[in-house]
Amino acid sequence: MLTHELKASYAFVERNFNLSRRYWGWELAFLVYSAAGALSISFIGVQLGDARLLLTLMVGAIFWNYLSVVFSWIAETISVERWEGTLEYTMMAPVHRSTHLLGSVAYAMVFGLVHTTAILLAMIVFFPDLALTSANPLTVVSFFILGSFSFVGIAMLAAILPLLYVERGAQMTFVLQSVLLLVSGVYYPIEVLPGWMQVLSHLSPATYAIDGVRRGLIDGVPVTELTGDIWPLLVMGVVLIPFGLWAFGRAERYAKQTGKLKRVG
Amino acid sequence: MARIGRTTDEDPPVTATLLRKPKTFVPDRLAVPAEAQPLDAALPALLVEGVTKRFTVGRKKKPVLAIDNVSLRLERGGVFGILGANGSGKSTLIRLVSGLLTLDEGRVEVFGHDIARDEMTVKRLINRVSVDAAFFKKLSPMENLLFAARLYGLDPGTAREDAYAILERLGIAKKRVDRPVEQMSRGMQQKVAIARALLTSPALLLLDEPTTGLDPRSKLEVQAFIEEVRLTHDASIVLTTHDLDEADRLCDRISVLNDGRVVAEDSPNGLKRLVAERHGQEPTLHNVFMTYTGRSLDEDVEEDAEPDDND
Ligand SMILES: Nc1ncnc2c1ncn2[C@@H]1O[C@H](COP(=O)(O)OP(=O)(O)O)[C@@H](O)[C@H]1O
Ligand SMILES: [Mg+2]
Repeated sequence: MLTHELKASYAFVERNFNLSRRYWGWELAFLVYSAAGALSISFIGVQLGDARLLLTLMVGAIFWNYLSVVFSWIAETISVERWEGTLEYTMMAPVHRSTHLLGSVAYAMVFGLVHTTAILLAMIVFFPDLALTSANPLTVVSFFILGSFSFVGIAMLAAILPLLYVERGAQMTFVLQSVLLLVSGVYYPIEVLPGWMQVLSHLSPATYAIDGVRRGLIDGVPVTELTGDIWPLLVMGVVLIPFGLWAFGRAERYAKQTGKLKRVG
Repeated sequence: MARIGRTTDEDPPVTATLLRKPKTFVPDRLAVPAEAQPLDAALPALLVEGVTKRFTVGRKKKPVLAIDNVSLRLERGGVFGILGANGSGKSTLIRLVSGLLTLDEGRVEVFGHDIARDEMTVKRLINRVSVDAAFFKKLSPMENLLFAARLYGLDPGTAREDAYAILERLGIAKKRVDRPVEQMSRGMQQKVAIARALLTSPALLLLDEPTTGLDPRSKLEVQAFIEEVRLTHDASIVLTTHDLDEADRLCDRISVLNDGRVVAEDSPNGLKRLVAERHGQEPTLHNVFMTYTGRSLDEDVEEDAEPDDND
């Protein structure tokens, strides 16, 4: 039973891989776009001659890139199929929605890692003499993992939007992503934001994940000293993933009641 | 379950997986408990009872009654035709059976399994071909088919072989299966869609206007293939169409659907006899349709001109 589900979720991994392969031109363009974005932000640090700021911006750019790639692959689970016209066929198949989403998540993470590694390499080429001697790799890896899982739930919730709003759903996902970027302290400390925005900052998992990665990479803080960043991420992962699945099920049912999966044909 | 070996000197089997299990439609590769028992031969392949579905579009508009208290019964191995003009509710009925829409009222059973209660079991038993061949257009037919195969729990190696065999029978050569679907003609794409459905050995095959929009030759080919499937396999088929000849040729029972309601149901000959005896008309399906729906399929009104949901 479990292996059957795992195999079925691999179907989505393989299919998404095939899609990336066939749309390789787009993927390459997107990679260049992301790398250029990350570099241009980092050059702000160079301009100000502040090595710490440079590092802070770089870490923000790279890690945000990772999170947003993971986010979009999961959030677009539905919209991609709606666009291709295959949504009804996938929904008819004998797989649980959790299996479906698991496949999407797995591919999103692998793709995100590959993508981000490429950008990291570009950074190293441009800034070869960055000193990361005091970095604590365990902290960095821990926050990569924690950050990924805490983001999955939010991405699932975003994936629901195209189910509920046939035309606007994909655009709303986009808005959500940009708000997360704004409030999560990716390039600046959240303290510079207006008070009401800082409330949102505390609700975004990215705030804690990026803070954790930064402290581990720049200051070499051991993971054990970062419990203040760890527990919100754990709670968000544990709460949001099941909630996302549940909400997805509800949204699917609503779509089937109101005929929003597809209407023509 | 043992698979009967294929002899190499034969013609390639049509639906390879179907051929190897000629009479028992127990999907063998999935460990869902309800499927441990073989399908009961006495049960109808499809039972639709008092099904109603309404749609509300926009806030103020009153709901459209797309399917209105429809009942039908398809015996195992039969081909049930649903004949209706555009907008009569054919696709809605197919979607209700496919679990893509929820029922407002009534119930649907597939081989005795309630579609809401035994959702996974039913999903494994059915497959569907819709009027638009829906594929990942940049992926090849084989990639699309193998994706479907994995979702249905089929072994990819076996599925690939089966896919070759089915596609070959449909006139799609092996060298053609690795190029993107978007480079294929509509007719070819529709054949791939049929292959995708057959690959999972459905016990109940739902064909929603499979030949609409095809050129005459592809249309005949697809019809011949449907005929072949029904003759050689233990598949029960629901076929919607607004092509009278197609319904006459392929179906052994026909329901005429008009504004979501069944207005007549019988065998094709029974329906023809009915218009001849009761209404003194020439026994043609055209007259059946005219008599019971008050319109002609030739002057098919496109009442549903609302925008596509794919933007
Ligand atoms: N998803 C949907 N949302 C709203 N209305 C729908 C939807 N699907 C079908 N309808 C309406 O239901 C009626 C029957 O449509 P349909 O089942 O597609 O007919 P057919 O397949 O016979 O052409 C039409 O009036 C159509 O506009
Ligand atoms: Mg239709």
